Amino acid sequence: MEHQHKEHALLAEDFNANEPRVNWHDETLWWIRQKRDKIAWSIPEWEELRETASRIKHNVLGNLHDYLLEFERKAQENGAIVHWAANADEHNKIVLQLLQEQGVKRMVKSKSMLTEECHLNPYLAEHGIEVVDTDLGERIVQLAKEPPSHIVLPCIHKKKEEIGELFHEHLGTPAGNADPKFLTAAARQHLRKEFIQSRVAITGVNFAVAETGEMVVCTNEGNADMGAHLADVHIACMGIEKIIPQRKHLGVFLRLLARSATGQPITTYSSHFRSPKAGQQLHIVLVDNGRSRQLGREDFRNSLKCIRCGACMNTCPVYRRSGGHSYHNAIAGPIGAILAPNLDMKEYADLPFASTLCGSCSNVCPVKIDIHQQLYKWRQVITQEGHAKKTKAAGMHAMNIVLSKPGLYKTAGGVGRWVMRTFPAVVNNGMNPWFKQREMPAPPKQSFADWYKKNRPE
Amino acid sequence: MSRESILAAIKNNQPDHQALPDLHTFRRPNTGDPAAFKKVVETLGGQVFEIGSYTEIQPLIAEHYTDLNKVVAIQDSYLPGAATQWETGDGRQLEDVDLAIIPGQFGVAENGAIWITENEVKVRVLPFITQHLAVVVAAKDILATMHDAYEERIVRPESGFGVFIAGPSKTADIEQSLVLGAHGAKSLTVFLYTPKP
Amino acid sequence: MKVGLFIPCYIDQFYPQVGIATLSLLEKLGCDVVYPQGQTCCGQPMANSGFEHLTHGCNELFVNHFENFDYIVAPSGSCVLHIKDHLHVDGKEQAATHIRQRIYELAEFLTDVLKVDNLKAKFPHKVGIHQACHGQRGLGLAQMSELVAAPFSKPQQLLNMVEGLELIELKRSDECCGFGGTFCVFEEAVSVKMGKDRIADHVNNGAEYITGNDVSCLMHLEGILRRQNSNVKVLHIAEILNSI
Ligand code: SF4
Repeated sequence: MEHQHKEHALLAEDFNANEPRVNWHDETLWWIRQKRDKIAWSIPEWEELRETASRIKHNVLGNLHDYLLEFERKAQENGAIVHWAANADEHNKIVLQLLQEQGVKRMVKSKSMLTEECHLNPYLAEHGIEVVDTDLGERIVQLAKEPPSHIVLPCIHKKKEEIGELFHEHLGTPAGNADPKFLTAAARQHLRKEFIQSRVAITGVNFAVAETGEMVVCTNEGNADMGAHLADVHIACMGIEKIIPQRKHLGVFLRLLARSATGQPITTYSSHFRSPKAGQQLHIVLVDNGRSRQLGREDFRNSLKCIRCGACMNTCPVYRRSGGHSYHNAIAGPIGAILAPNLDMKEYADLPFASTLCGSCSNVCPVKIDIHQQLYKWRQVITQEGHAKKTKAAGMHAMNIVLSKPGLYKTAGGVGRWVMRTFPAVVNNGMNPWFKQREMPAPPKQSFADWYKKNRPE
Repeated sequence: MSRESILAAIKNNQPDHQALPDLHTFRRPNTGDPAAFKKVVETLGGQVFEIGSYTEIQPLIAEHYTDLNKVVAIQDSYLPGAATQWETGDGRQLEDVDLAIIPGQFGVAENGAIWITENEVKVRVLPFITQHLAVVVAAKDILATMHDAYEERIVRPESGFGVFIAGPSKTADIEQSLVLGAHGAKSLTVFLYTPKP
Repeated sequence: MKVGLFIPCYIDQFYPQVGIATLSLLEKLGCDVVYPQGQTCCGQPMANSGFEHLTHGCNELFVNHFENFDYIVAPSGSCVLHIKDHLHVDGKEQAATHIRQRIYELAEFLTDVLKVDNLKAKFPHKVGIHQACHGQRGLGLAQMSELVAAPFSKPQQLLNMVEGLELIELKRSDECCGFGGTFCVFEEAVSVKMGKDRIADHVNNGAEYITGNDVSCLMHLEGILRRQNSNVKVLHIAEILNSI
């Protein structure tokens, strides 16, 4: 799938054209980060919990083959039908076939980043099936014909007035009403109808327990449950990395997930789906889509530990000031930037560079993924694999700073000579973006090296 | 077909086995505090009434709810005269339920969550589709942490469906302003039950 | 104690006073300090841009210059971190390891090695600390606000010894300023916005000076402050600790 889009830096620049809005976006997400801090501090053993979660996930990565087989066996014993999809296309085909067997033209779906990753909605639309996203935030962006900009808060980039307008247009609410309570009530009514009518429901999966073959789905709204319990067919789509070994491990992850995500002690609903209700079909689609490949990359496999809490986005100073859409990927922010290059290194070559490597993401991550170190390592890989085209500018610009001052160039020695050979064109280039909104210090009369020679003669 | 190739790739690429960590240090057995539980449920937007007998439920409901047309009570003792015959159907028959009063197996003090399974509610969608939800939990069944829950009470699944419910359904998707009553129950009442001696 | 002074390239060229303050501070504290002539760069700008594989030259030079010191000290957290994490030289791995283990950022060298507990410094001003990320999250110069762990700050510990200095509180104690090496030009819009927001936090809380352990961050902040015609100044921590 070829997307024509700008790179992160340019999309971020567009986002920054409206500074008050950037401030609002930044403050809103920072507020969530603070809520996360506050609740984390209420758990004295917080850091041990993170370490434990990380180690459980490490055990999962090392035994994924056996755990998947165990999960499959148990799920089948429970009465579920298990499907395997090597990639997004196969996943979409499996879902389409199930829908066609049921003869449905419209169905409900609760939040699933996997189906976003696979671009399921547009695929089904091409085949005449309309998906109604039921998470409020997802429904809002769906009505706006946009992708989610955040994995936990899909419409965090939208102002309530814009949502009021969308609802006025699509749901017939009165023009000008932007009260969140009123709009939520309107969405509740609208979506209740969909739940009641829908014969098929798709849900995502937060955790799949190998030991029991059950799947846990966490929501605050109750939309996954409304969909799944009313439908004749429940299709649960999950990445193969969602497996955890035993039921008791849910204790660790459910303690961490919502606290990290939104600063709540737990989501309103943590639903454990084991077997289909009487008369219902339960389908589980296990999707690889590059995950087994990532598993083989030693430097990057830890990214598969992710439990999609979004904490790394909320804390990321770049994400907060560039918006989720600037990452042009289903998953934005720091985690998106280390997952995406595995899917398409060329397409997402810009993302690992959309970071200052400040490291805040790795510190909030409940499963202790070394996100900023992986960003650094992806930069090396992307450069070596020859996808540096998009990013070469970065090096050129940086060297331009160094080289635009002859004194610095002289002492930069080996570096300067290397740069001269590699990017001769950057010298004396007047387009240095440093100066757009910043000054450079005036060059002093003498460098430190000169001063030292004079003042500390041997 | 894909199954085999996926499994083969995983087997080939997965790292060496590492032992699972011990979870024992996280346990806090016998320290579940009903007062702490109550406080958390309230911060989640629920209300908690401490009762000494099920007969206290009816007057509390009369006092705190208006316009209840259809009420489902899982036990007759919760609310004599509640709806009957509600179990038959695929769940859609419950579309017009205003209040469901159901038992919870236990509560968790650290997060206000209450464990409910299909065995008690019979129709899975009931606690979600009802406009308002009330759960009866015994004060002696309040545990301290989620670890205690999974390692003491729900080591194995005992039904096809179980759920932790913590507070009423909610969303903050519109500009992060919290609104209770997204798709599930708009309110949650907990009857924290300590039998009178 | 023989200390090798590493003065990163942009300090050498644009902020020689930081090098001078570092040197005189270390000498005052009784160290035998040598600045090896001909030193260049730690290689970080290239490595962070994805060109770590081209930094062999830098690494070799670095090892040649600094292998014979008890300690190597630099007034830059990010350069020190880069050396600590990435200095390797074929055939000279032992020397490289020695350097990786013995290189210190100035503040941590003062608190952890010299165990400084008083300073004859005076700076009667309101000062905000810009906690640069690489020093903080990479080297552990201060506790990180994300972690549930006891707070500490080595720079703050030192600044508390300065007579008359009043530290201001920030709303966001350790948010990145947006310099980020090549990020500052490649992602110019976000970089500047981050810098502006950091500055606003200091200004709103009454800072007259912004100080820190990383000149690169300070250069970025100073660049924005000057464009804003602000009276607020930046000073490297060495300059404050060395002031009388
Ligand atoms: S990488 Fe970590 S912090 Fe980010 S979404 Fe995944 S689990 Fe959460």
